[in-house]
Amino acid sequence: MSDHEYTPKSKVGKWFNDRLPLLTLANHLTDYPTPKNLNYWWTFGGILTFCLITQIITGIVLGMHYVAHADLAFQSVEHIMRDVNYGWLIRYVHANGASMFFLAVYIHIFRSLYYGSYKSPREVIWIIGMLIYFLMMATAFMGYVLPWGQMSFWGATVITNLFSAIPLVGESITNWLWGGYSVDNPTLTRFFSLHYLFPFLILGLVVLHIWALHVPGNNNPIGIDIKKPSKDTVPFHPYIVIKDAFALLIFLLIFAFFVFFSPNILGHADNYIEANPLVTPAHIVPEWYLLPFYAILRSVPDKLLGVIAMFAAIFVLVILPWLDTSKVRSTVFRPIYKQFYWFLVADVLILGYVGAMPAEGLYLLIARVATAYYFAHFLIILPFLGLKEKTTPLPLSITEPILGGSADMAMARNNSDFKEKL
Amino acid sequence: MKIFLKLTFLFVIISSLISSRAIAAGEQQELLKVDWSFKSFFGKFDRASLQRGYQVYTEVCASCHSLKHLSYRNLAEKGGPEFTELEAKAIASNFEVTDGPNSDGEMFERPAKLSDKFVMPYANVQEAIAANGGAYPPDMSVLVKARKGGANYIYSVLMGYDEPPADMELDDGVYYNKYMYGNKIKMSSPLDDDIVEYADGTKATVDQMAKDVTTFLQWTAEPHLETRHKLGFRVIIYLSVLTILVYFSMKKIWSRIETEV
Repeated sequence: MSDHEYTPKSKVGKWFNDRLPLLTLANHLTDYPTPKNLNYWWTFGGILTFCLITQIITGIVLGMHYVAHADLAFQSVEHIMRDVNYGWLIRYVHANGASMFFLAVYIHIFRSLYYGSYKSPREVIWIIGMLIYFLMMATAFMGYVLPWGQMSFWGATVITNLFSAIPLVGESITNWLWGGYSVDNPTLTRFFSLHYLFPFLILGLVVLHIWALHVPGNNNPIGIDIKKPSKDTVPFHPYIVIKDAFALLIFLLIFAFFVFFSPNILGHADNYIEANPLVTPAHIVPEWYLLPFYAILRSVPDKLLGVIAMFAAIFVLVILPWLDTSKVRSTVFRPIYKQFYWFLVADVLILGYVGAMPAEGLYLLIARVATAYYFAHFLIILPFLGLKEKTTPLPLSITEPILGGSADMAMARNNSDFKEKL
Repeated sequence: MKIFLKLTFLFVIISSLISSRAIAAGEQQELLKVDWSFKSFFGKFDRASLQRGYQVYTEVCASCHSLKHLSYRNLAEKGGPEFTELEAKAIASNFEVTDGPNSDGEMFERPAKLSDKFVMPYANVQEAIAANGGAYPPDMSVLVKARKGGANYIYSVLMGYDEPPADMELDDGVYYNKYMYGNKIKMSSPLDDDIVEYADGTKATVDQMAKDVTTFLQWTAEPHLETRHKLGFRVIIYLSVLTILVYFSMKKIWSRIETEV
């Protein structure tokens, strides 16, 4: 961002730009040199920005019609679904939008894990990203409470009760969160207030996330440092813009399919029953995107340790840049890590699956093994593997392996996987 | 081509998540499946069935089950049973609502208007519970969406009354139902052949009435279903065309450099 000389052509533009260099910023964003070998997994950053904006806009409109009161919330949601012009569309976009947001963020995170985007010099981008992810989960959880259905109420009860596991002050903290002695109207109103606030915190963090990205520039599928601008890069506009637009449209097709043809499939039927503190649903299940953490929570027999394990599962991601000792970023050149990477993907999917199941018998056993493996991956496998693993030779630049070159280059070229990823 | 592979991968993940949900529910008995007219991509309601379903609701269900999120005007709205406005007004005027206070500060009774909400059979939940042997007859406005299996579940429960298995003991006022969670239900079988007389001459078999009232309840739960399907189809077409255009623009732009996109 620093070595950027730009002078607007028009006089007015120059006058304005001297006082507030917005045009310099716009110019930086359009010219921003981007590695030309970015694949479609790199389009999810743009998709996520779109998701956030969609959630904020639909959310603001919903907020105009929603009533945050324990006696009126459910009714006001039905009012939105029935009487507000296109209210059903706005609410279904918002509800399914949350799921699509998480789908995209999981792909974004796993892309980063595959290509080592969290490694030096991009640790700060990664940590801000994890903060965003954490805030997203909090926001989504509180949003799910607002319709005040059965799952809203009991989900809120289960999750807020976790804090009571803290020794000595747990109970006081829980009562403080509730604003009373159980989940009730004060809980609903504060959740609404925070649910409205958090997306703007996320938006601020997204700006920092992108800012931090623009300092070192994008990582790329082969994970090597590149000269910028050079033969290896293309300007962000129009090359990356059009590619992001194409990917976004594909994403929107899937999104639209959910919204218009199966808008409730990702939700839980019980949430169309008004909250009733006297009737507990047979299974209390969080939304799908929280299931892996729910599985970790339940796999530990002790409540306090379970809560610690759940938060540790996120924290371990925050310190990931220092747990992974390998200097090579891209998994393309790490044959052994590649296998462990797919084990991790499978492990998280398994955790999500058992999170939806009752915590008993075989499911509980699977959840325990999967939880143990999850932590083993980050705390044992990654630190040791980075020191021991023999990586395949790295190319010198993005263009060179294609044009041909040294023996090392030929090896890289013959690595079938490398070709495929490129 | 590669992007299609990746999309397939994406779909596998989504569908595995969805199917894990389905298994999680632990279906006790396979629900009866009906080929509903509103299910498919272009699904629409069968107008005659909606009107018959409304009749079944008023004559059979409405004595216990409320429909509190609906207004009488909904009956005349597009995409619903589409009674004429006059018919809907006539229906509404059969019910008395409390209004007021008037200029003397008194509450008064008057016939319901189109803008009124459906009158509830009981004044409050407690009265409903007391009148029904301790079981609350749930409000039916969103019942279809509030039950796993949706319309098929409602239909199955209506059709699921049977003799209990020999080893099952039932208390007074509890009935056996094949599809109800736990197989016990506090509502006696509500439908009998010819319990209503259809104006359009359709034979009122239990199966016919169950289908009609389920269709009606699907509409009460999703009053904008037809608009949603119609709009959804247009959105998908629009997005597809735009996607194709953007794809070729992208190819053209990226052809300036040798990297494949």
